[in-house]
Amino acid sequence: MGDLVRFRDDEAHEEPAVTLDSFLEQTNATAVRLEPTDDPRALLPFLGRLSLIEVSFPKFRDGRGFSTGSILREAGYTGELRAAGDILVDQINPLRRCGFDAILSDVEIDRAVLSRLSSLYGDVYQKTVDGRAPAWTRRNG
Amino acid sequence: MKLLTGNDLVTGDVTWWTGSGWSRHLEQAVDVGSQGEAIAAAEEAVRRVNGPYVIQAEMTAAGPRPAHIKDRIRAIGPTVRPDLGLKPADPTVGDWVI
Amino acid sequence: MYRYDEYDQAIVDARVEEFRDQTRRRLAGELSEDQFKPLRLMNGLYLQLHAYMLRIAIPYGTLSGEQMRMLAHIARTYDKDYGHFTTRQNLQFNWIKLSDAPDILAKLATVQMHAIQTSGNCIRNISSDQYAGAAADEVEDPRPWAELLRQWSTFHPEFLFLPRKFKIAVVACEEDRTAVKFHDIGLQLHRNEAGEAGFRVFVGGGMGRTPMVAPVIREFLPKAQLIGYLEACLRVYNRFGRRDNLYKARIKILVHELGADEYRRQVEEEFLHTQTLGLDAPQEEIDRIAAGFAPPPFEAGLSDEIDRSDPDFALWLDQQVAAHKVPGYAIVNISLKPVEGIPGDASSAQMELMGELAQQYSFDELRITHAQNVVLAHVRKSDLFRIWQALDAAGLATPNLGLIGDIIACPGLDYCSLANARSIPLAQKIAKRFGDLDEQRDLGELKIKISGCINACGHHHAGHIGILGVDRKGEENYQLSFGGSGAEDASLAKIIGPGFSEDGVVEAVGRAVSVYTELREPGERFLDTYRRIGEAPFKEAIYG
Repeated sequence: MGDLVRFRDDEAHEEPAVTLDSFLEQTNATAVRLEPTDDPRALLPFLGRLSLIEVSFPKFRDGRGFSTGSILREAGYTGELRAAGDILVDQINPLRRCGFDAILSDVEIDRAVLSRLSSLYGDVYQKTVDGRAPAWTRRNG
Repeated sequence: MKLLTGNDLVTGDVTWWTGSGWSRHLEQAVDVGSQGEAIAAAEEAVRRVNGPYVIQAEMTAAGPRPAHIKDRIRAIGPTVRPDLGLKPADPTVGDWVI
Repeated sequence: MYRYDEYDQAIVDARVEEFRDQTRRRLAGELSEDQFKPLRLMNGLYLQLHAYMLRIAIPYGTLSGEQMRMLAHIARTYDKDYGHFTTRQNLQFNWIKLSDAPDILAKLATVQMHAIQTSGNCIRNISSDQYAGAAADEVEDPRPWAELLRQWSTFHPEFLFLPRKFKIAVVACEEDRTAVKFHDIGLQLHRNEAGEAGFRVFVGGGMGRTPMVAPVIREFLPKAQLIGYLEACLRVYNRFGRRDNLYKARIKILVHELGADEYRRQVEEEFLHTQTLGLDAPQEEIDRIAAGFAPPPFEAGLSDEIDRSDPDFALWLDQQVAAHKVPGYAIVNISLKPVEGIPGDASSAQMELMGELAQQYSFDELRITHAQNVVLAHVRKSDLFRIWQALDAAGLATPNLGLIGDIIACPGLDYCSLANARSIPLAQKIAKRFGDLDEQRDLGELKIKISGCINACGHHHAGHIGILGVDRKGEENYQLSFGGSGAEDASLAKIIGPGFSEDGVVEAVGRAVSVYTELREPGERFLDTYRRIGEAPFKEAIYG
C-alpha cells in the first residue's frame, strides 16, 4: 500500500490515478499517474481539472520525476503533486523544492527524520517552483 | 580456496573473514568454501562489514595469496607507498604483490 | 577570491549537520548501504581500495593559504599526512574513516570548504583556468561565473539524480588550459562582433569509454541568460539522457545520438520557456560576486629585472614561471611531479609551505591545475628567487612544467577500486628514464597522461602520449596511444597497436620519443610531428 505523507491542508483525493494514455482518452478523470517516460506537457491543457498528479519514481536514483514536477508547477498546476514509489526520506528537500506536496513511499517514512531534514536549510541558492526567495534576493534586498 | 573480504564499515580498513570474525591480516583468512555469500549477507546485515565479496586464492607457504593483484594490493597497501602498508619493514612484500 | 557571506556559510553548515545525521543513521542501521551510498557520494565520500576516500571540493581550483593549511591539518589529523590533487582541481584523502567524516566536514566548513557534490550523479566541481585574473589574453576573469554556477548547482533540486555525473568548465581565453572541450558543458567567454562578452557553449565532451570533443551548441550566449540556458541544457539531459546503461548515460551520448542540431533544437525550445522564469541572478548579485574577484592591490612601478646568476634558479625560472599581465609580476607554477614522487601528491608539510608562500607572496591565493600541479598567480618578480629557494628545499621546484616528466596519472590500482592496472609506478618509470633535465628540455612540450582504467581520470584520451591500463587475463597491460590534446586544438589520442607490459610500454615510449627526435622539424613538438607524419613511423619503430 505504501506510506502517504501530505503537506497539503485539503483532503487526500479519493479517485484513483489513471495512466496518461487512459487520461487522454477520458473526459472526466481528475487524477493521473505519470511514468518517467511520460511527457508532463501532455497535461498542460487539462491542469485546471486535475486534483492529483502522481509522479512515479520506480528507483530513487531515477531523477526524471524532479523535472516532471517542476514542469507541472511552472505551468501553473496547483493540485496535489505526489511523488510515488522508491523514495528516500533524504530526498524530501529536493522533492519539495520541485513542487511535490505529497509523498507515497514504498517503505515507511521515519517522520522524525523527515521533520529534521525539512527544517535544516533556511537558505537556498536557486529560484525554483517552491517560491522560496533565493539567497540573492535576501542578500541584495 | 575461496576467501571472503570486504571493508570495515566504520574505519574502511580492508578485512578478511577468519571463520569467527574479521581481521586486517590476510594470513588469518580462512577458506569459506561455498558459504561466502551467506556469511557476507549476515555480516553486512549486522554492520560488521561493508561491501563484502568472495575471491579466489591459493594457499602458499606464506599463507593465502589472492589470485588477483587488486586483492593482493588490498591486503598489503599501495605498492608505491610501502611505508603506509601493513608490512612497511618487509622487503619481500613488493614481489609478493606483483 | 570569493568569501562566503552568512548565506553561503549557513548552507554549508546545514549540510554538515545533515551528513552527520545521515552517518549516524547508517552506523545505527537505520540506513542500508544502498540508501546511504548516494548520500555519502554527494558528500564526496567513496569506499576505495584501502579505506574511505574523501574528495574535497576546491571550487574552480582556487583556494586561500588558510584553506590549504586546513587541508594540511586534516592530512595530519585524520589521514596519513598527505593528500592528492586531482585532474578536476580537487583534493583527495585516501585513508579516511567513516566515523571521522562528519567532523572533517565540520572543520572544513570553518574555512569555507566542503565536499559537496564532488561525487554522485549531479553537477560536480566547476573547473576553471589556473591563470585566471593573471593572464593577459583573457576577456575577463572567468571565476565569478564559476562561483555563480557553484551556487546555482549546489543542491539544485531538479539535478541531484541525473543519469550520470556532470562536469562544467568556465574559461575566458582562446588558449585552453582547462580541457574545456572535454567537459559535459564547456563555457568560453569571448567577444562578439559588437565587442560584447558572452559565452560560447560547448556541450557533450568527455573522456571515459567513449571520448568526445564537445560540439558548439551555442556560439554566443549573453551573460544575463546563462542560468536560464543551462537549466534548459540540464533539463533536456535529465529528461532524455539514457538511464538503461551506465556506460551510455553521460550527456555526450545524448548529444551524439540525437546529433548536435537536434539537441540544440530541444535546448532552444526549453530555453524559450526557462528564460521566462526569472532564474538568472540580478546584476547586483553578479556584481557582488565579481567584487570578490577584483584584482588584488598590485604595486605599481615594480622592476622586471631578475638576477639569473644561479643556474638552477634560471632553469626553474625558464620552465615554471609564466608571464603576468601586470608589469613586475609573474605566475609561478609549483611542480608536484618530482622524479621519484607520486604525481599530484603533496605532504602536509608541503601544503603548509605552499599555504605560507601564498599568504606571504601571492595575495593569499593558490590555484590547482587539472595537470595536478599548483599555481601562485600573482608573484612579484623580485620575490621569485626567495620563493624558488623555499620550494626547492621542500622538493617542489622540479622544473618540468609541460615536459615529459610532468605526467598526469590517476591514482590507479594502488588506490582505486575501479582500476584495472597501476598507473603511478608506470609514471615513475617513465619519469626516471627521462630524468635528465637537458634531455627533457630538448624534447620540449610532451604531455603524457596515464589512466588505470577506462574511466579515464588520467585523461589519457587527451595525451600527446596517452596510456591506458587494462586487465588482460588477470595481468596488468597497457595500451599506448598518440596524438591527443586537451588544449584549444583538442583531439583524441589514437591507439598505436597491441598492448604492453609495464616495462614494455616504457620501452615503447622510448622508441616513440626517438622517432620524434629523428624526424622532427624545427619548432615541432612531439604532437606536431605525430600529426604531420602520422602513426606509421611510430608503429614501425615500436613493433618492428
